[in-house]
Amino acid sequence: MSIRVKNLTHIYEPGLPTESVALEDVSFEIEDGELVGIIGHTGSGKSTLLQHLNGLLKPTSGQIIVGDTDITARGVSMVEIRKRVGLVFQYPEYQLFEETVAQDVAFGPKNLGLTREEIDERVREALELVGLPYEEVAERSPFELSGGQKRRVAIAGVIAMHPEVLILDEPTAGLDPKAHKDVLKMIEEVHRRTGNITILVSHNMADIARLSDKVIVIDSGRLVTVGTPYEVFSQHEKLEGVGLALPPVTQFTETLRSRGMDLSDTILSVDQAAEEIYRALTSKGKVRI
Amino acid sequence: MENENIIIIDQLSFSYQREEEEKKKKAVDQVSLTFRKGSFTAILGKNGSGKSTLAKQLNGLLLPTEGVVYVGGFDTREEEHVWDVRQTAGMVFQNPDNQLVSAIVEDDVAFGPENLGIDPEEIRRRVDKSLEAVNMGKFRKKPPHLLSGGQKQRIAIAGVVAMKPQCIIFDEPTAMLDPKGRQEIMSIIRELHEEGITVILITHFMEEAAEAERVIVMNEGRVLLDGSPAQVFSQRQLLQSVNLDIPLAVELAGKLREKGIPVPENIISTEEMVEYLCQYE
Repeated sequence: MSIRVKNLTHIYEPGLPTESVALEDVSFEIEDGELVGIIGHTGSGKSTLLQHLNGLLKPTSGQIIVGDTDITARGVSMVEIRKRVGLVFQYPEYQLFEETVAQDVAFGPKNLGLTREEIDERVREALELVGLPYEEVAERSPFELSGGQKRRVAIAGVIAMHPEVLILDEPTAGLDPKAHKDVLKMIEEVHRRTGNITILVSHNMADIARLSDKVIVIDSGRLVTVGTPYEVFSQHEKLEGVGLALPPVTQFTETLRSRGMDLSDTILSVDQAAEEIYRALTSKGKVRI
Repeated sequence: MENENIIIIDQLSFSYQREEEEKKKKAVDQVSLTFRKGSFTAILGKNGSGKSTLAKQLNGLLLPTEGVVYVGGFDTREEEHVWDVRQTAGMVFQNPDNQLVSAIVEDDVAFGPENLGIDPEEIRRRVDKSLEAVNMGKFRKKPPHLLSGGQKQRIAIAGVVAMKPQCIIFDEPTAMLDPKGRQEIMSIIRELHEEGITVILITHFMEEAAEAERVIVMNEGRVLLDGSPAQVFSQRQLLQSVNLDIPLAVELAGKLREKGIPVPENIISTEEMVEYLCQYE
């Protein structure tokens, strides 16, 4: 399974005075099993792009091919797209509505024409994948759970559809530091166990640098750059030009480099930074230990 | 004058009433704190630590189960002073969409002062001044729903500023904003503090807390730490044990110390860390 986005353009309200180009000639490819980070400002076109990937919007021109299906073609059924591509919106817990957690997670699969047993199986599996013990939460009201737990229930509802591609739009927004870490860990775990393409939109550069195989940068509806975290975050000026920051640790080590410290460029983790600084300080006997 | 306390919390405890639960859990448990006029304090703590409950006690949205809270000298339990309390201490919440009530920005800012029965000319002056204070003057005729999250939050702040409070409590004002919106709000908060307003900022973001003069860490309804940012952030293990993030420089300093590099304990910002490391260059 792979995704090919070819020359994607989307114009809102074409021909009207309010016409605006939300996406312009965006092309990239995502390979099977990749975890992809998308970064860009609010208003950069990220959300418009996500909505195309799961068929909520149709492009003005261009194509999106998921596996062997062109999901932008006429006559492709929405159910078919949704089965393939699951989208978890921002603050997905606002969309919980059923009386129990199990019913809420079952809502999507029910529309797929599965048997009761199959639905139940999927609910158990999805809750287990997001780290919520079925026996404990299944019969509870989703509204009495904590913020982090609610978000997991909402994500389980999408996972229960067995999408081949899972897209999460700022899945940690508004969470406290612990819930933030827990939700990311869960996403990594789901990605590892399903082996599916996972697309993550985030403003947190440290998370993007740590988790992504590939990073896509969008600005003003255009693709700015795409590559590994190292390739993308080593383009300081380009990122600065579109108002995006480096991960904090990278910013820090680049400042040290500019002050003359002999470190490798574009360090992306605190552990690597500590290693490199230690090496730089001790190699020339600057610090004796 | 400079040592005057604007808020005094004395042995405050608070429990939320829950019908099904027999034992009432104390959200705030015997907390005593004072806030000096003109000070800038950040309150940290994970969800459920009691920090938001504490904040709502500071302008009378919640009242003590036990103990007393004085705001500007008024006991928050005295019903006749509820408006004195709210006028002394204004509050800005997490979600800007929940705080805006009018269809036009300047009407929204005028909403609070109008309810105080203030003279229309004075309201006009206050609205203009408040919108200027948050750099939103040119948006005064716009409908709020067309603004970005950061801009909406600035309007919410202007609405509070127009009440001329001596103290503003910000309850995670940047949690729902993108990095740009977050910076906008933090620079407004800094300016308000410089103008002499007492600021109490509840946040999850360490870099925001590091800008305050004083940092309080809440855990399980109690004050776990209370001190300068340097004093609080150097408590690396304690902070991690209550699931809080630590600033990058503190994390890195810990890792370097493990390797034998004697990084001083008082280094908490990346700027200080850069200076420390570059002395060897």
